[in-house]
Amino acid sequence: MHCLLRTRLFRVCLIGIVTVLNTAAWGQSSVESIAAVAPKVVKIFGAGGGAKLHAYGSGFLVSANGHIVTVSSHILDGDTVNVVLHDGRRFPGKVLGVEPPLDMAVLKIEAEGLPHFDLAEAVAAAPGTRVLAFSNAFKVATGDEQVTVMHGVISAKTTLAARRGAFESPYTGQVYVVDAVTNNSGAAGGVLTTWDGRLLGMIGKELRNAQTNTWLNYVMPISELKETITQIVTGDFSSKKRPDDEESPGKPRPRRYESLDFGIITIPDVLNRTPAYIDRILPGSQAEKVGLRPNDLILFVGDNLVQSCKLLKEDLGRLEANDTVKLVVRRGDTLVSVELVAPRKAE
Amino acid sequence: MGIEMLRTRNHLVLAIATVWFASLFSGRIDAAEQTVLQAQAQRVEVVQKVAATVVAIFSADGGGGGSGVLISPDGYALSNFHVTSACGDFMKCGLNDGRLYDAVIVGIDPTGDVALVKLLGRDDFPCATLGDSDKLSVGDWTYAMGNPFLLATDFQPTVTAGIVSGIHRYQYPAGTFLEYTDCIQVDTSINPGNSGGPLFNAAGELVGINGRISVEKRGRVNVGAGYSISINQIKHFMDHLKGGHVVDHATLGATVRTGSDRQVVVDSILDLSAAYRRGLREDDEIVSFAGRPVGSVNQFKNILGIYPKGWSLPITFRRDGKKQDIIVELRALHRDSELKPKDAPKGKPKPPPDELHKGAKLPKEELPAEYKKLFVKKTGYANYYFNQQEQQRVLHGLEPLQSWRDVTGRWKLTGKTGQGEDFVMTLTDKGLGLQLPLRPGLQPLEGADFIDEPAGTGGLLAAMYQFKQLITKGTGAFTEFTYVGSLPLDGRGPMVDVLLTKKGGVESLWFFRKTDGQFVGFNSKLGSDVDPCEIRFLDFGMYSGKRFPSRFVVRHADVDFATFDVLTLEVLTSEPDKKPDANGN
Repeated sequence: MHCLLRTRLFRVCLIGIVTVLNTAAWGQSSVESIAAVAPKVVKIFGAGGGAKLHAYGSGFLVSANGHIVTVSSHILDGDTVNVVLHDGRRFPGKVLGVEPPLDMAVLKIEAEGLPHFDLAEAVAAAPGTRVLAFSNAFKVATGDEQVTVMHGVISAKTTLAARRGAFESPYTGQVYVVDAVTNNSGAAGGVLTTWDGRLLGMIGKELRNAQTNTWLNYVMPISELKETITQIVTGDFSSKKRPDDEESPGKPRPRRYESLDFGIITIPDVLNRTPAYIDRILPGSQAEKVGLRPNDLILFVGDNLVQSCKLLKEDLGRLEANDTVKLVVRRGDTLVSVELVAPRKAE
Repeated sequence: MGIEMLRTRNHLVLAIATVWFASLFSGRIDAAEQTVLQAQAQRVEVVQKVAATVVAIFSADGGGGGSGVLISPDGYALSNFHVTSACGDFMKCGLNDGRLYDAVIVGIDPTGDVALVKLLGRDDFPCATLGDSDKLSVGDWTYAMGNPFLLATDFQPTVTAGIVSGIHRYQYPAGTFLEYTDCIQVDTSINPGNSGGPLFNAAGELVGINGRISVEKRGRVNVGAGYSISINQIKHFMDHLKGGHVVDHATLGATVRTGSDRQVVVDSILDLSAAYRRGLREDDEIVSFAGRPVGSVNQFKNILGIYPKGWSLPITFRRDGKKQDIIVELRALHRDSELKPKDAPKGKPKPPPDELHKGAKLPKEELPAEYKKLFVKKTGYANYYFNQQEQQRVLHGLEPLQSWRDVTGRWKLTGKTGQGEDFVMTLTDKGLGLQLPLRPGLQPLEGADFIDEPAGTGGLLAAMYQFKQLITKGTGAFTEFTYVGSLPLDGRGPMVDVLLTKKGGVESLWFFRKTDGQFVGFNSKLGSDVDPCEIRFLDFGMYSGKRFPSRFVVRHADVDFATFDVLTLEVLTSEPDKKPDANGN
């Protein structure tokens, strides 16, 4: 009875709406698309280990002869990187190319006839699309065990506004934000697909906002990666971009504010937590105008307690042009409060 | 206006096309909505139905706790060991009818993190249907239900939905026990307080007990990877749990490793193990185990982890390119002393106590006297009361042999073996003898040790003595007597309930078919780490008005000794003053 009902439901789905709303039917089986996608995702084992640095990750095959896309990470830093396929076969992987601004690397294993994604068939999707995420999160799968599959919905398609201090991510392009916790330990390099198994993007690293202690589950669309992947695979690649190269064409990034922009020079940051003492004030600067003096100890930037030069740098780095920020400094036995405005400046 | 519309033919065509297309489109949307609504209605119906079976578990004073699920109308409910161990012998269980019931611990599985409790006061509890967790596929929808973060003060369970993320997962032991083998990984949100609660498939069948989540950097909340103990594993242990035991898992007595070509090979093997006695040696390749192919060490551990000690399972191994099939009895994973319930995880592992106390404030009330007798403390048991109940149930299988009660003295069986030999078996209080051409046996009693007589039977005469004791004197004749649980007879046969007796260094297992309670055979062994003498009844007959096995087969160490057809059975109640000899006189 129950089987009958399901069959009929399925038929209704088929006749009705397959093209209109592929995300609609809750009861619709994704089992087959999972079975087709999972073998294209690989487990990667390399350098690392210990509490903070896991020694495992995920990747996905983009050619029948062993090209694997993954994230650029410490796992690839060791002498050997091992790739374990869905059938349990294990191959040493060679790093063909790394593109730091995309936080991406391409590996090669010596094998043939492998199940793989065709990058040309990758698709894009809008917020609200139901998705599946495939990865070896938490190293749950070993050998020929199938990688982990999660389900979710694309919450947003946006630009990853990674900002130094708050979000540390070398990748700052377009991303899908997913409502499921796709970005776990070892999940980076896995894939996001549509409900019917079409490739959408590569799962990024774990990303935490240090300020709010929130985690972002983001996925890099294939369209952002495709050109570079192809270049690396065809051997026609030279990384023109560096994560710190802010003059890089095409992706201008605003220079971050630092104390010098306000005319403040702190004492040299030599300790792990060097107190943020002002060493000098530039003549004619905003700092001079509001009355800051050498030997003032900066205690607060806005509402944030500043315990070191490093934190001062981070806090100032988050300012945008024309932001007003309150500084509290200790001068002798008194607290002095001043206001600074982030100056507009040339990009 | 009409003229306007008709002015160009093209416009009209376009308009018609648009209307037609729009209607087609909206028709599709309607169909889609119908499908969605149907699926949703079905989902709501399933959730409403099973919600009544979900249990919120608290310790008697309202602290500690987690979730559970009812599996029988008389109140048996499954949970996690790590939940009930924090709750004590009696606990309080809330159902979605808003009522709070008393419950008593029945059995625990510290290794598998399972506990069986019994809710009291009703014999018509709503209960879940057990599903088949081996039929789950990755991508299947599942519902987790329970009381995460103790949100439901009215015991209406919280429902979360998600998909199966992985099957046959192996999760390494956490702490001392709590190994999750062959478990179900789900992205269904499982959080502190969900522990012990049910995982249902889309049809509302119980497929697992939620008990564990992967946590790392983000605190003790779900991050998309939860683990559920498969209901198929729990089924193997169910009768052991109902027997009030602290149940133990098993080891093969051998360890395995991944060989050069990814095959799984025996790394080391204990020469006291049944696997060794059946011929398994180091470097043999394990091809299959319990009917499942073995492709990795994890798979091997997965299979091993879902069976209780004492079960016999088929193994296929390969040596020098040749495959061999054997059936091996599994050894206990732990020593009894290692499994003392109170040694288990310290404190209240999950959920944190502060969260629990804000959930429920329970009035301190005295337990009714009729419930107090439902708990009997005994070393090695979670609750010996339930073992006693199961003993009584299974002992009904001895009723057809009741007329043998107190029939002591000298018994003389004559007949033919399967090979056509004449035999005479004599059972007296002073000794036992078997007269059989070429293979006679003699077992003196009165102070003598039990020995392997006839040689190569594993102690057939000692076994017959145990049998005579059981049917003439009952279980009181033994120094130790317990209900074990159930297992598949001889690894492949029907499920049987098992009683265990010990006396004078001889341990016997008595088998009663689960379906009808019939007494189908027994094993007796002369020590630990030896193969037993296995006696299987093929038929019963009447001898002077008394029922007795008329045909039985005797086997030892995988070799049939003989099939015995009993033609005559003489009972000489006046005991002659002499011991039998090998001639049966």
